[in-house]
Amino acid sequence: MRRLALALTVALSLALPPVAAIAVQPDEMLEDPALEQRAREISEGLRCLVCRNESIDESNADLARDLRLLVRERLVAGDSNAEVVDFIVDRYGEYVLLRPNARGANLILWTAGPALLILGIGIAVFALRRRPSAAQNDSLSSEEQARLDRLLGK
Amino acid sequence: MIVELGHFALILAALVAVVQMIVPMVGAQNGWRGWMAAAEPAATAQFLFVAFSFAALTYAFVTSDFSLRIVVNNSHTLKPLLYKVTGVWGNHEGSMLLWVLILALFGASAAWFGANLPERLRARVLSVQAAIGVAFYAFILLTSNPFDRLAQPPFDGQDLNPLLQDPGLAFHPPFLYLGYVGLSMAFSFAVAALIEGRVDAAWARWVRPWTLAAWLFLTIGIALGSWWAYYELGWGGFWFWDPVENASFMPWLIAAALLHSAIVTEKREALKSWTILLSILAFGFSLIGTFIVRSGVLTSVHAFANDPERGVFILLILAVFMGGALTLYAARAGAMEAKGVFALASRETALVANNVLLAVSAFVVFIGTVWPLVAELAFNRKLSVGPPFFDAAFTPFMVALAMILPIGSAMPWKRARMGRVMRPLWGIMALSVALGALVWTMQTGRSILAPVGAVLAAWLVLGAGMDLWQRAGRGGLSDKARRLRRLPRADWGKAIAHGGFGITIFGIAAMTAWQVEDIRVAEVGEPFRVGPYEITLESVEEVEGPNYVSTMGMMQVTRSGREVATLTPEKRRYPVAQMPTTEAGIDNGVLRDLYLVIGDRQSGGAWAVRSYIKPFANWIWAGAIIMALGGVMSLTDRRYRVAAGAGKAPRRAVPAE
Repeated sequence: MRRLALALTVALSLALPPVAAIAVQPDEMLEDPALEQRAREISEGLRCLVCRNESIDESNADLARDLRLLVRERLVAGDSNAEVVDFIVDRYGEYVLLRPNARGANLILWTAGPALLILGIGIAVFALRRRPSAAQNDSLSSEEQARLDRLLGK
Repeated sequence: MIVELGHFALILAALVAVVQMIVPMVGAQNGWRGWMAAAEPAATAQFLFVAFSFAALTYAFVTSDFSLRIVVNNSHTLKPLLYKVTGVWGNHEGSMLLWVLILALFGASAAWFGANLPERLRARVLSVQAAIGVAFYAFILLTSNPFDRLAQPPFDGQDLNPLLQDPGLAFHPPFLYLGYVGLSMAFSFAVAALIEGRVDAAWARWVRPWTLAAWLFLTIGIALGSWWAYYELGWGGFWFWDPVENASFMPWLIAAALLHSAIVTEKREALKSWTILLSILAFGFSLIGTFIVRSGVLTSVHAFANDPERGVFILLILAVFMGGALTLYAARAGAMEAKGVFALASRETALVANNVLLAVSAFVVFIGTVWPLVAELAFNRKLSVGPPFFDAAFTPFMVALAMILPIGSAMPWKRARMGRVMRPLWGIMALSVALGALVWTMQTGRSILAPVGAVLAAWLVLGAGMDLWQRAGRGGLSDKARRLRRLPRADWGKAIAHGGFGITIFGIAAMTAWQVEDIRVAEVGEPFRVGPYEITLESVEEVEGPNYVSTMGMMQVTRSGREVATLTPEKRRYPVAQMPTTEAGIDNGVLRDLYLVIGDRQSGGAWAVRSYIKPFANWIWAGAIIMALGGVMSLTDRRYRVAAGAGKAPRRAVPAE
C-alpha cells in the first residue's frame, strides 16, 4: 500500500502541469471568514493521502484539493468540526488523521511521554536518595582511623 | 583514470581501517606500545585515502564525467559550478562518502590532538572509531558504490533535484553529518572507557569538546534545513515533524543532554554511568537517523534514496554497534563508581532534571516517529502521527526545561540554599511575567502561545544576563566589567547559548501565534491590503535562468504611502529534472518578514497570490545560531586550548616529528 502511495506520488507529480500550484487556491475559499477559518483548522489536521507527511492544507496534490473542497462542502452543509472529521475518517480510515486518536493501542503512544517522565523522575529520585548513605561513608574506616592516629602520633 | 584511483583509494582506506581496528586494540589489551602507536599513522593514512577518494568524486562532478552513474543521475553541464560541487553529496552514494570522510577526519583529529590522552585510552578510542569506519566502508563498497561506471555514457546528465539547488540546502548535509558523525567520537570514548573500566574527570574533559562540536554542528545543520524549508517550500513553515527532521532532532536532544551530564562528570565525578549511556545512545540515534533517511522505511518528503537492501545493512550496523556497546555497558557500568556527593538542592540535581527532560523528550519524538510502523506491524492499524501530536506531546517538556533553566544555572555545585539562589531571580521572574501580561493584553483574545513564549524567552534571556552579572561579583561597574571580561569563555558560552534558546522559543511562539495570511486573486496593478501593508502586483514576466525558466512577479509593498520593498516571488521550472519549485519573495526584517508567493495565472489575466506577515520569523534561526555561537565560545575556552587533561597527567614532551 505504501509502495502504491509512493508510486502515486511520483506519477502524480509528473502528471501535474509543470507549474507549482499554491496549496489553498483562492477559488476554493468560502465567503464566510469564520467558516473558512474552521475549514483551515480542520485541513491542518488531515493528511494528504498521496503525499509524504503533508496535510491537505499544505499539499498541491489534486486529491488534497478534492478533500479541501469536501471539507468545505460539509461545513457549508452545517456539520460541526468533529462531524466533518468523522465523515472523512469513515471514508479514508484513520490514516488521514495527523493527530492519532487515543483509542486502543494508541494509548501507549499518548501516555508514553508522561509515563517516561514519571519513570525518569522515579529513577533519578531513587538514585539521589541513595546518595546520603554514600555521604555518610565519607567518614574514615576503622583501619584508616587507626592509620591516622598512628601518623598523628596518638 | 582519476575515478578508478578514487575507488582504489577508498578500498585502501577500508583496509587501513581494518588494521587500525585490530592492531591498537590488541596492543592496548597486552600493553604493547608499538602496536598501540600504530593507531596514529593509520588514522592519518585512512583520512588521506578517503580525502583523495572524495576529491576524485568531486573532480568527476566538476568536469561532468557522465560515465559515472551518480553524476548522470545528479548533475548536468548547465548546472552552476557551486551546485556541481554540492551535487557530490546531494545523493545517497556521495553523501555516504562524505559521511566516511568526516568519520575519518574526526578519527584523525583525535590522533593529531590527542597527544595528552593516556596511551591505552587513545589506542582504544581510535580502534573503536576505525571499527565504525569499517562498517561504513563495507556499506559503501558493497551496496552504494559512488564510483560505478556506465557502459554507455549519455550525452548529458539528468540534473540534481532542483529543491537541492539552493545555498541553504547545499550546506545543510555537511553540517548535519559533522554533527551525526561527531557523536561517533563520544561513542568511541564511551566504549573505550567501558573496556578500560574507568571513567574520570579527564575522560569527561575529553568527551565534552567533541560532543560540544557535534552538537553545535547539528544545531547549525538543523537551523539551515529549517531555514531552507521556510523560504523554499512556499508556505513559510519552519518545522514539520517529518521523520527525517526528527531523525536529526533526536540526536540533537540527546547530545544536549550529554553535554550537560558530561559537565557533572567532569566537575564533580558523578553521573558517570549515565554519561556513558548517553554517549552510546547519542550515536545510536544518529545511526537510527541514518537508517530512517536511507531506508525510506518511514515515508517522508526527504527520502531521496530508498532501497531495502541498504536499509537492512544499516540496521545490521545499528544492531552490532548498539547491541555490542549496550552489552558492554550492562557488564561494566557497575564498575563506574561515583565520587562526587551532592545534596538534593544543587546544580547536579538541576542538571539531572535537565537530562531527564531532554532524554524523555527525545524518546517522545522517537515513539511518535516510529509509531506508524509499530501500529502497522503489531496492531495492523494504518495511521499517521503528524505535527498535532508532536506539538501536544513534545512542547510541555521544552516549557518545563525553560522554566527550570535559569534557576538551575544559578545553583552552586554540591549544596545550594534555595533562598540565596532565588534572591536575584525573583526580580527577573516578575519582569518576565509582567512582559507576558503586557503581550497578553496587547493581543486580547488570541492564543495563549505568544504570551507564554514571551514569558519564557524573557526569563531565559534575562536569566542568562543575571547569571553573568552574578558571576561578575560585587563592586563598582568598572570592577564588574573587568571581571566579566576575564570570565572563562565557557561561562560566556553558557550564557549565550541559553539566551539563544530563549530567542528561538520566542520566535517560534510569536510566528505561530501572530502570523497573518492572505490568499487572493490579484489583478495586475491593483493594490490590496494585508495588515498594515499595501501590496501591488506590478507585472509578471518570464525570466530565463541558467538551468531553469522562471515566472517572476514584481510586487511592490508600501506602508502608509512609503515604499517598503519590491519583491520578486518566482515559480521556477527545471526542464531537465521535470520539476517545479517556488521561490518566495521575502523581505527580511528584525520584527517581521514579508513573505509573498505567486501562484497560477487565473482566467482573465489575474494571478493567485499568497501574502504572509510572519512576525519575528528570523528570531527562530538567529536563536539557533546564537546557541551555536555559545558552543563555539565554550569550545575556545582556555582549558581546552591548554590541552585537555593537562591538569591530571603530567605534561609529556612532544617528540619532534
